[in-house]
Parts: sequence; C-alpha cells; structure tokens
Amino acid sequence: MKEIVCKLLVIGAGPGGYICAIRAGQLGVDTVIVEAVKAGGTCLNIGCIPSKALIHAAEEFERVTHMAQAKSPLGISVEAPKLDLSKTIAWKDGIVGRLNSGVLGLLRKARVKIVHGRAKFRDGKTVEVETETGMQVIRAETIVIATGSEPVELPFLPFGGPVISSTEALSLKTVPAKLAVVGGGYIGLELGTAFAKLGSNVTIVEATSQILPQYDAELVKPVSKRLADLGIRVLTGAKAKGLSGNALLIETSEGAEEQLAAEKILVTVGRKPRTQGWGLEELDLDRAGNFLRIDDRCRTSMRGIHAIGDITGEPMLAHRAMAQGEMVAEIVAGKKRIWDKRCIPAVCFTDPEIVTAGLSPDEARAQGYEIRVGQFPFNANGRAMTMLSEEGFVRIVARADSNLVLGIQAVGSGVSELSSAFALAIEMGARLEDIAATIHAHPTRSEGFQEAALKALGHALHI
Amino acid sequence: MGEFIIKMPDVGEGVAEAELVEWHCKVGDPVREDMVLAAVMTDKATVEIPSPVNGTVLWLGAEIGDTVAVKAPLVRIQVAGEDGEANAVPMAEIVTHSSPSPQREEGARRADEGVSPASLSQPAPSSGPAGHRLPAVEKGRRAASETPADKPLASPAVRLRAQDGGVDLRQVTGSGPAGRITHDDLDQFLARGAHPQPAATGFARKTAIEEIKVTGLRRRISEKMVLAASRIPHITYVEEIDVTDLEDLRAAMNATRKPEQTKLTILPFLMRAMVKTIDEQPVVNATFDDDAGMISRHAAVHIGIATQTPAGLTVPVVRHAEARGIWDCAAEVVRLAEAARTGSALREELSGSTITITSLGAMGGIATTPIINHPEVAIVGVNKIMTRPVWDGNQFIPRKMMNLSSSFDHRVVDGWDAATFVQRIKALLETPALIFIES
Repeated sequence: MKEIVCKLLVIGAGPGGYICAIRAGQLGVDTVIVEAVKAGGTCLNIGCIPSKALIHAAEEFERVTHMAQAKSPLGISVEAPKLDLSKTIAWKDGIVGRLNSGVLGLLRKARVKIVHGRAKFRDGKTVEVETETGMQVIRAETIVIATGSEPVELPFLPFGGPVISSTEALSLKTVPAKLAVVGGGYIGLELGTAFAKLGSNVTIVEATSQILPQYDAELVKPVSKRLADLGIRVLTGAKAKGLSGNALLIETSEGAEEQLAAEKILVTVGRKPRTQGWGLEELDLDRAGNFLRIDDRCRTSMRGIHAIGDITGEPMLAHRAMAQGEMVAEIVAGKKRIWDKRCIPAVCFTDPEIVTAGLSPDEARAQGYEIRVGQFPFNANGRAMTMLSEEGFVRIVARADSNLVLGIQAVGSGVSELSSAFALAIEMGARLEDIAATIHAHPTRSEGFQEAALKALGHALHI
Repeated sequence: MGEFIIKMPDVGEGVAEAELVEWHCKVGDPVREDMVLAAVMTDKATVEIPSPVNGTVLWLGAEIGDTVAVKAPLVRIQVAGEDGEANAVPMAEIVTHSSPSPQREEGARRADEGVSPASLSQPAPSSGPAGHRLPAVEKGRRAASETPADKPLASPAVRLRAQDGGVDLRQVTGSGPAGRITHDDLDQFLARGAHPQPAATGFARKTAIEEIKVTGLRRRISEKMVLAASRIPHITYVEEIDVTDLEDLRAAMNATRKPEQTKLTILPFLMRAMVKTIDEQPVVNATFDDDAGMISRHAAVHIGIATQTPAGLTVPVVRHAEARGIWDCAAEVVRLAEAARTGSALREELSGSTITITSLGAMGGIATTPIINHPEVAIVGVNKIMTRPVWDGNQFIPRKMMNLSSSFDHRVVDGWDAATFVQRIKALLETPALIFIES
C-alpha cells in the first residue's frame, strides 16, 4: 500500500482529534486523521451523548411514574407507565449514529483524509495503521496524539460477567433489578441515578467520606437529598473488596464486611489515559504522572509531536480537548497561539445538575484572595417554582477589592445550560457590577445569576 | 539464531531525528559487543552507536547522509539464541564526541532535577480562571505570588488579537473597570509601540507615517538580503592591516601613471591580493547550492564589486580578475561602476561573481558585518583608512591603518580557513611588493 505523506496527522477522532483535524483542514493544512473504532470517540459513542440520552429517558419515566402514583401537584394522573429499555437504547443508538455520520461529514467537508484502523508509532515521524485492506504507513511533519482515556479497572473486580463499565451500562437491554455502583464520582452518580429512576434498586459505594469529592459539601447537599428521595443507598467511607457469587463484597466505614446482592456491578472509579497499544514506548515522551506532559502549546517533549485531550491530564473533559485541538490546529497552520483560557467549566449531570466555572470559595481563599460571595437560592426564583424544582442555588465568588468574578457555581435543575453564561463572564473578565447591570430575562432561572451578583454587592432584590 | 534490532537512540532532548554520518560496519560483518557500528550527528555532537551484542550484521537501515528518525530501526544483527522484537532496544548508552551543546547540558541538568524543559515555566493547560489548577505534579512548585491577578484582564477577543500581534498584555495598561484591557487600549498600545510615552517636553510630537512600497530593484535587494541572511550562517572576521607602505606605493604609481591609465584606488591592489590568495585558498572562491548539497569551486576569479547607485545597491562583476593586471583591474572597476550608476550595465556584467568586495570608501567605518552575496561563500569588506598610533617596539609611530571585515559561509568555510585567507591578504597588502612577485 502506498505511503501517505502529510503535514498533519491526528491520532484519534474523539472530540479533541476531530476538532483539531477539521480546524486544520479549514486552514488549508494537509491533514490525515486515524481512528480505530468510531468517529466521535468516548464522548459521542460511549460517554457524554449516550449517557445524556439515557438520563433524559430516565427523567421522563420517573416523572410519569410520579404522576401514576397520584403524587403530582400538577393535577395530572396517568396509568402505570411501562418501559422497554431496548427501545430506549435503540433510540439512543440512533442519535449516536446521526452524530457519527455528522462528524465524518464535517471531516470530509474540511478535506481531511480519514484512515480507519489502529495507529502505531514506528518512530517520531512515522505511524503504521492496520487497516482492513492492509498496512498503511503515514509520514507526517506534525503528529497530534489524541488517544483519549478509558475506564479504570479494579484488579479485584475485573470487567466481565456482572461487572460492567459505563460502556456496557449504556447498552443494557433490561433494567437490572439490583445495581451496585462502585465509585461515587460524577459518572457513577449520573448512571446510578438514571437506573434508579428506571426502576433499579441502586447502592453506591464510595471510598471517601463524601460523594462527588471534588465539589464542596454545599453543592453536593441537594444531590445527596435527591438520591435519598429516590431510594438510593449511599455508603461513604466504604471499600469494594471483590466478588462473592452474585454479590459485591464491601467493607463498610465501620470496618464491617457486607455483601451487596447485585445483578450488575457498575465500576466507575475514574478514567485513565490510554497510553497502551499505539507505540508510545517507541517515543519515550516525558510524563506527568500517567499523563503525557505538555506545555502551553500542547507540545510534548518531542519536537513535532503535540498531545491533546484526556491523554494530557485533568480535567478530562470533551470541551477541554476541543479547545486544545482547535489551538493546536492553528499553531500548525502558523498562527501564534498559547493556552490562555481563564476557565474550563464543568457540568455534573446528576439530579439536580451541578455547574462549576473558575474558583470555589475555598480555592479562592487558598490562593490568598480576600473574597466576597453572593448566593441566591432557587426557592426564591419564580421560574423554578413553576417547574417543581426549587432545590439548589447560584453562587458567585469575587475579589473583595475589585469585584472581579473568580468563580461561579450552581446546583439545580437544568443549570447545565447556565454554564455558558458563567464561562463567558469569567473569560470576559466580568465584575459583579457587569452581571448585576445586565438585564436577565424574566421569568428564567438565569435571574438567579444576576441576583447572586446583586447579593454579593449587598443589595439583592428578591431575597 | 535470532535477530537483534538496534534502533536510533534518543540523542538529545527534543531531537526527533539525526543525520547518519559514518558506518563502521557493513552487511555480513561480524560484530562484537561494544564495537562501534555507526556515528550520527545532531547539532554539534557526534554520537557513536555501539553494538550491545555479538553477532553478524544482516541489514543497515540508512545510507550516509540520511536523516534517521529517533527509534527507527538502524541495524539488524543476527545473534545466537532467542529471536524477537523484544530484543529491539533503543540504545541507552551513547558516547558523545566533542562537548555537548549547551542545550543538551541544560536538558541533562533538568532531567537530573526531574523537571523536563517542556514544563519549565510553562504550566500545562488547566482549569479555573487564569489557569490556576495545575496538574498534580506541578502543585507545590508554583510561586506563591502567581495568582489569577497576574493574568492580564481582557476579553478573549482582545487576548487573541494580542497573540496575533505578539503583544504581551502585561505591558498594556487597561482603562476599563478593574484595569480591564479594551480593544482601544490595545490599539493605542500598538499605535505607539511598546514604549511608555516620554514625559512632556517643549518638542512637538510627530505622528505622520510615510508608507513606501518596496518595488523593483529595492524589492530584489530585499529578497536577496533575506535569502542570504536567512540561509547562510555568517561568520565575520575583522582584521587590521597596516597599509602605510601600500599607500606610498599607490601614490608613487599614480604620480607616474600614463594619461590613459585609470587612477589607482586600494581596490585593484586588494583584488590582486585576493587572486593570489585564492590560488592557495580555493575554498573561499566558490558557490554553494545548498538545495542540491553541492559546492562549486571556481578556477576563474570573478570579483563582484558592491556599488551604490541612485536606485540602490548593485554588484557589477570584474570577470577573470586572475587574468588582469593591476591597471586593467582599476579600469574595469571604474568602467563597471559607471555603467551601473547610469543603468547601462549588461545582465552578464551584473551576475556570475564568485567572490565579492564591498567598500564604502571614506564612509567605511571601523568595522562592518557584510552579508554574503548568495550563493557565494565569502565577501571581503573594506573599512576606512585612518592614521593610528602603532607601537613599533620602542615608541608609538603614526601608521595608516585599515580594517578588513570579511564574512564567510560557515557551513562550508571553517573559521581557520577564513582566518588564513584574511591573514594571507594582510601579509600581501602590508608588503605590497609581494603582490607583484610571480609565484
């Protein structure tokens, strides 16, 4: 097979890789992208998108179930709803398929050559790809590693049989009667909550003293309350020990052993960079822990090799990878670019949702800032009331001397859509006065954002 | 019998490839452990690649002059015992000739400290305003003062414009709330350059900008200079020459010249001295086609004379200076200079030089750094003659002194050769009779 020679080779067509290739193509860079599985990577195929589809279906089902129990204050009652999970999954697969073709179409439109197969480095400039039609050698001036991450496996709970990762959880054909979730981070809670709403009896086992350990207790509180309302058992300070027949063996926070009967055991203890299977050992790149070490232009320790996305470290988020991919494409095209983002917003699609952008109050204090904090609860927001979801709040952290906004957090139903306003405010260098003086449409949840700014300035109007 | 693959080692921090400069073995040769198989070159270090095993060379992965990527297979050796790709190791032990470049030493030092050069003062992309959440490995190594406040306050669009324009926003004063830098602030900064405004004085500021389109000869000069300066690594060598005796000789020759003979300047003497020296130092009378990797050494000495004309710099060529006497050289220089100034010089008279002289005469200054006339490899610059005190062993005496500032293409002319060339010219000009003695 004839060798391909190109200016830019991108390894991995996840959100980082495909954005990098599209942008490079737009800028006239001769670009090739290699993908071993499916365009869109973890995010589109087995991550963000399918999980959000399942979460939405579960919310709908739970809402109707609630109405069927004649508990709805809206005066709506229905007969007992039924769920055909295989249909739900087929619907989800349809969405994934549409987006798949969309990504391939965008790559083609940007004149990017797509090679399907598993790439392996031969040396610092050359990659071999095992394609269906044989070995394809690609030589490139610049290479971008965007191989992503994969679920961490526990040695005493290897994947297989009843032990599943998030990938299998998103393709179950029936709702497991009993589901044990090992790991109370955002992935475990998102999926655990969805299955509880679909009818599973869910137990969550978290080794640390708090679920969602990366968030402060105040943000997590509404989520914990909702988990309890849904009948989900949360065991903090508990450790999974292994499998015992059809049960998960755990050690509780008191040190007692307990067996949790479970049809499925979902292990979501984190993700690790995918450093195996593509010839990284041929390159000997510098590491930062398990990740590849990069600088502020996403350059690795070897000239001509960049890395973007989950392989480069935390936060392992699709939109961070996309921003890095776009930046690297522009650098390859000869533009002057460095990573100077002020924040990477993060969303946790639990019930209620959590959004964070920038610094939490504790982080700001730890960095030596004198701060002022404004917090506005949704139970004083008209729109939240009309949607039966008054839990949660918006919180703004600002410098006490200049009112410069350092961070914004919110927890509440549907707050994920406020993430853009939060990120924009921080990226633009907004002060409390900017947010307070911007007219926010009524009646919306976003008024909580304005009110939090007013509160920090000492003159909230609706509280 | 098994096969052992030796791969190109990582020869230095960040180097992705190196040039193979020597093979010390060929296919079929028996090799012993630690025997040097090849040498590769990066920057200024030559690295020997020894064999880690005993065996027989089966295959060589490159030819001399090839650039080999790090970790690419270099040699295959047949060894007794197990076969296997597992044997493919990048060589860890490498022996370096000559002192490593500072860069490599730096790299090694940083490696000792457990910090990779890539990470120095360059935090990885991180989250939070002003990139404050560093990866775990970076934590605890940040200066306490590094806070989001250290990041200039500006919208993403302003920051992007600054990146495009190469502006460090920390130098720009923001007029917005909390010191935010607006588009206007950036415009003003760009308009007045990166310097603070001088304090008010009695002088009026001038803000007019005259825009001159670079066309014609000026554009050709510009292109040629960029080509020469960007492609040729110059080495400039300045030496002072006592031209007292030469000036006396020149005055005597001019006093007795025939009416049809052109008045002699220093140039014809220098040209003849160069011709004599090039006989012994042919390396400097050459053109270098670096695309083809080919040096052409010329027997003919065609000397370009850089000449200032109203339109700009041109270089008419005195062809076959080796076949011209001193008066002939003088006449040809005058004729060509006149033709160049009036624009009547022919194409052939303005091209084909093999070495060039540049002289600003009385404006010549103390020293210059002449730019080589691409694709030549040497240029001789003449500086101003000045009477300076010279110590003769007992006292200071006034002598007429002149500097020669000469540049050479360091890719093909080593410092030693450059110095030898200039020293030989110095010897001839200081004892000018030598110029006229037949070798």
